[in-house]
Amino acid sequence: MTAVAAISSSDTSARANIRFVLDGEIVELDDVDPTRTVLQFLREDLRRTGTKEGCAEGDCGACTVVLAELDGSGNGLSLKAVNSCIQFLPTLDGKELITVESLDLHGNGLHPVQQAMVDQHGSQCGFCTPGFVMSLFALYKSQSDPSRRDIDDALAGNLCRCTGYRPIVAAASAMYDIPAADDDWLRQPHGSGVSVTDRVERLRQIARDSSLELHHGKRAFFAPRTIDELAATLDAHPDATILAGGTDIGLWVTKLQRELETVVYVGEVKEFAAIRESDAHLEIGGAATFSDAIPAILEHYPLLDDMLSRFASPPIRNTATLGGNVANGSPIGDSMPALMAAGASIVIRSADGSRELALDDFYHDYQVNDLRPGEFIERIRLPLPGPDTRLHCYKLSKRFDQDISAVCAAYRLELEDGCVKSIRIACGGLAVTVKRATHCEQAMTGRPWTEDTIAAGMAAFARDFEPITDMRASAEYRLRSGQNLLRRLYLETRGDLTESVYLYGRHG
Amino acid sequence: MDATAEQVRKTAVGTALPHDSAHLHVSGRAAYTDDLPEPRDLLHVAVGLSSRAHARLRAIDLGDVLAAEGVVDVCLASDIPGENNCGPIVHDEKILATDTVEYAGQAIFAVAARTVEQARKAAQLANIDYEELEPILDPLTAVEKGSFVLPSETLTRGDPAAVIREAPRRLQRRITMGGQDQFYLEGHISMCVPQEDDGLLLYSSTQHPDEVQHLVANATNRAAKDVTCVCRRMGGAFGGKESQAATIACIAALMTIRTGRPCKLRLDRDVDMIMTGKRHDFVVDYDVGFDETGRIRGIDFTFASRCGISADLSGPVNDRTMFHCDNAYFLENVNITSHRCKTNTVSNTAFRGFGGPQGMFAIEYAIDDIARTLDLDPLEVRRRNFYGIGERDVTQYGQAIEDNILDMIADKLEASADYRKRRAAIRDFNASSPVLKRGIALTPVKFGISFTSTHLNQAGALVHVYRDGTVHLNHGGTEMGQGLLIKVAQVVADELGVPVSSIRNNAADTSKVPNASATAASSGSDMNGKAAQVAARKIRKRLTEFAARHFSVNESAVEFENGRVSVGPGRLEFAELVQLAWFDRVSLSATGFYKTPKINYDRSTFSGRPFFYFAYGAAVAEVIVDTLTGENRILRVDIVHDCGDSLNPAMDLGQVEGGFVQGAGWLTSEELCWNDAGELQTHAPSTYKIPTCSDLAPEFNVTLLENAANREDTIYGSKAVGEPPFMLAISVFHAIRDAIATDSDPLPALDAPATPEAVLRAIEAASP
Repeated sequence: MTAVAAISSSDTSARANIRFVLDGEIVELDDVDPTRTVLQFLREDLRRTGTKEGCAEGDCGACTVVLAELDGSGNGLSLKAVNSCIQFLPTLDGKELITVESLDLHGNGLHPVQQAMVDQHGSQCGFCTPGFVMSLFALYKSQSDPSRRDIDDALAGNLCRCTGYRPIVAAASAMYDIPAADDDWLRQPHGSGVSVTDRVERLRQIARDSSLELHHGKRAFFAPRTIDELAATLDAHPDATILAGGTDIGLWVTKLQRELETVVYVGEVKEFAAIRESDAHLEIGGAATFSDAIPAILEHYPLLDDMLSRFASPPIRNTATLGGNVANGSPIGDSMPALMAAGASIVIRSADGSRELALDDFYHDYQVNDLRPGEFIERIRLPLPGPDTRLHCYKLSKRFDQDISAVCAAYRLELEDGCVKSIRIACGGLAVTVKRATHCEQAMTGRPWTEDTIAAGMAAFARDFEPITDMRASAEYRLRSGQNLLRRLYLETRGDLTESVYLYGRHG
Repeated sequence: MDATAEQVRKTAVGTALPHDSAHLHVSGRAAYTDDLPEPRDLLHVAVGLSSRAHARLRAIDLGDVLAAEGVVDVCLASDIPGENNCGPIVHDEKILATDTVEYAGQAIFAVAARTVEQARKAAQLANIDYEELEPILDPLTAVEKGSFVLPSETLTRGDPAAVIREAPRRLQRRITMGGQDQFYLEGHISMCVPQEDDGLLLYSSTQHPDEVQHLVANATNRAAKDVTCVCRRMGGAFGGKESQAATIACIAALMTIRTGRPCKLRLDRDVDMIMTGKRHDFVVDYDVGFDETGRIRGIDFTFASRCGISADLSGPVNDRTMFHCDNAYFLENVNITSHRCKTNTVSNTAFRGFGGPQGMFAIEYAIDDIARTLDLDPLEVRRRNFYGIGERDVTQYGQAIEDNILDMIADKLEASADYRKRRAAIRDFNASSPVLKRGIALTPVKFGISFTSTHLNQAGALVHVYRDGTVHLNHGGTEMGQGLLIKVAQVVADELGVPVSSIRNNAADTSKVPNASATAASSGSDMNGKAAQVAARKIRKRLTEFAARHFSVNESAVEFENGRVSVGPGRLEFAELVQLAWFDRVSLSATGFYKTPKINYDRSTFSGRPFFYFAYGAAVAEVIVDTLTGENRILRVDIVHDCGDSLNPAMDLGQVEGGFVQGAGWLTSEELCWNDAGELQTHAPSTYKIPTCSDLAPEFNVTLLENAANREDTIYGSKAVGEPPFMLAISVFHAIRDAIATDSDPLPALDAPATPEAVLRAIEAASP
């Protein structure tokens, strides 16, 4: 054990290659193309074709694989399903990659998840099936008695066009009843006997304690390990692409065929992903994933549950970061309306130091923000709510799960003696950036919380936005539904509307 | 049934066996076309697409494409040695554009490179000089300008004009319903491997290997004998790989003959959605006369469908619309006009239901309007208009309905779904809920089974029995997930009295079974099951004759079951008998051929019997709608569906459930949008939204009708099941209408798909 650690620490400083675990073996790759995807590597280099490409944009889940890494304690494993089609190969460094083939490696017998899918007739054409199997595997390892909603949520990133999902949901329940080997972490029925301890050891063996730097032709890839290193790297390469979850940048490569020369990956900067609470704020590191950030946010703002559970899909939430969503600054990004309404600010960092800016002031125009070359979002400061603060957020889209908003509207409301003490409204999908509805806010502030005030707010709302028409919704719908959401807010605060259509009849 | 049939024991048939590839699907070991080992020197192909909806091609400069890294060759229309055509029926669609482009996304050239990425990057580098022409981008403009891919058709019975005029009540409405992308998870792909002496071997994800073979032969200036097409499985198809696969295969083959190297063309998802055809969207005008009970006296339909730039399968698709705009209802006086509009958009094609859903959607809308106008329960009005038994039982195309079970299904479902009680409860709920509204609807399905082109109703099979008693099975049907191969294997297993595990399912292969029709029209197991049965029976007959002779017993004393053969009092293993027969020089290989009986139809008059029989079903859907936003959700679904005597209830249940959810997607969240330049805006799963897991109703009760043997002589009394359940989802649409109908606006003008926006629009249109 100590010997392994010693070898690994003396080894890593010199390494300019990547190492990860696959089926218990350490895979070492040099001369890695930094923007080669994990899916390309599996299918084209290893000819390991169980993992499929359905869309190459992280929206269908046919490419789902599971990544395991050392958990916070360093003694256990945490795992997450990810979309291999938009995951760049160097991000595997230091992790274990588990694919559909891993679950029944030698064809000795199907894994309980796989067997349940067979028993319940969960596959028809079978093309989406490996992805479903991996999402189910992640569920299997993380929960022991999932509800229908848990299952829906776990599978929100996997599309099936054949079955209509009923038998897959059945498999998600039945998989726990199929015998598996206790000594095997994967829990194959004919286990390979690889325990969690063995796996942890393997990961420790390949752990790296200095930053990774790869060069491949004109392309370079840096994975610094501290915020200072990150700032220095960006200072040296101000034009670099900052890569966090890669859930958007991946598409630049797979869909737009863009060449990214220098990529700085922030996923290894542990302190950058930290989430902590100060007196008045929740401080969310820029590289914290949605999967980590959402529970922390919900602790203070439980009314965001509906909306955040519909944020993308588990594989996307597992890699996408709050900082990335904010920095990307899409007018239809789903985290910013709630953050902005809540009065969040961001701490911007560079080699020269840091500055704080209200999120209100961050966006200047369509995909233009206040970040200068060499700068990055170090953390997001979300104010903790006061006792009378309510933060609501509504999302409208054609489909409930894994869809991009037509409209996303958030409201921070404080009522006092039946009057609007303060209201902050921020909306996505209605302008070139996520934006406050200031006319609407003014029209209601200080007035009694009544139908009349809502009507005035709705009228003023029309002066705040001039939305566009596109394939997600028409300008008319965006404005009209945006106005109507204000009414929904009102009815909810009065207790006249207690349930969303999304969750109606779906408890448990 | 003949004597042989009586001796067949149903052992495998009727059993809910898993899909033959289930264990391969779940472990990633099922090989799709892109998973096959790649031959040495393989080149990857990408396609250069038109960026204009309608333009003359002044000049195409591929210099930069050729100079790009890894590029080996390019191909233009002028490089095609044979016929530049991929039109399956009418030769009106080019593989690569020549002097004009007619839709944004039409293939202009192909490029072959060493890697997929290189080919795709290079395909972006062409310099094309377009001279813009005026495009026609919607069906109504096409009708106005007389732009059609095929002549308009009419079908009239009785005197609808007069009857409508004189009817006690009359309603008119224009309905629009969207198209739908097939969204198979595996995109189009074809790999062509050159063979000696100018032969070509194509691995293609296709529902129609025969058509790929013939169109590739035409394009490459070869004979059919020189081209072989193989397809072991598709990662979904749904009609989208019926005619569309040929274009992809032709391009791969053209590159192969240019370069002499194996070539693979795999479309990226976006390219797939932009370049290949979809379900037709329709605009329908109806004019209906009815009485106070809601019974239809006469109805006039005018259908205008978006066919895109070429005929493709639009002729039979629109014919099927004309044949299904009655759905379950007797239309005594009816006029149907069908316009097949030529638009500068991708050529639309087959998709589960094949025009049937659009016809049914129209009549169901009319019936719903009638009921709401009269303030009657729509179910009552539906039932009042059902086809009768022994009266009111002849369709508008003159086919007498001999197997009507509509009332029986409706009775059963009304009871099992507790329709009346729930409808009352929903009315109470709505009275006290100002924002959230619930709705319920029961809609029936009657769907005609057979290709309407009579000649396509033929199938072949090939069965080999090897000396060890195991069986090699081939037929013309392709596997796209529907479970066809296991169903046919179950038939062959019982015919030979061997376990299913003795049978190997093999890829559809034009060199094994020639001239096969597309696996389409829900006909796969009906036709291939019968053809395989014929082949298996030939072998069984030979074995029976041999056993009787060899063991000196009567042929009637020879029985096959479960891998064993009883010969009088003695028994032996099937393999032993096979070994003996081989030694005695008995042929152990046979082909089978089947043609659907009784069908007889005159296309020129739209009359006769296009369908061998009908499949039936009905569904009750309950939904909830947020009237502030139009968001809607399915709460409960109850279905009773008729599969005859199911060959495999697990596979059939899968078709019913999956078809329903796919249909619900068509009518709710799946929306195709084009911009003003005619470019498709929804060409990826990020913008085109098929149902996800949470869209499955929390309560989803599906019953397959039991003891419901097909009255016609189909394979083991089963019924086709691929398409009919799709249309059960029309219940979802009418449940939404039910939810948003109010006293002041009982007939909300809701368009399909019922996206939140469409629903809110309908609600607000009604508001004062």
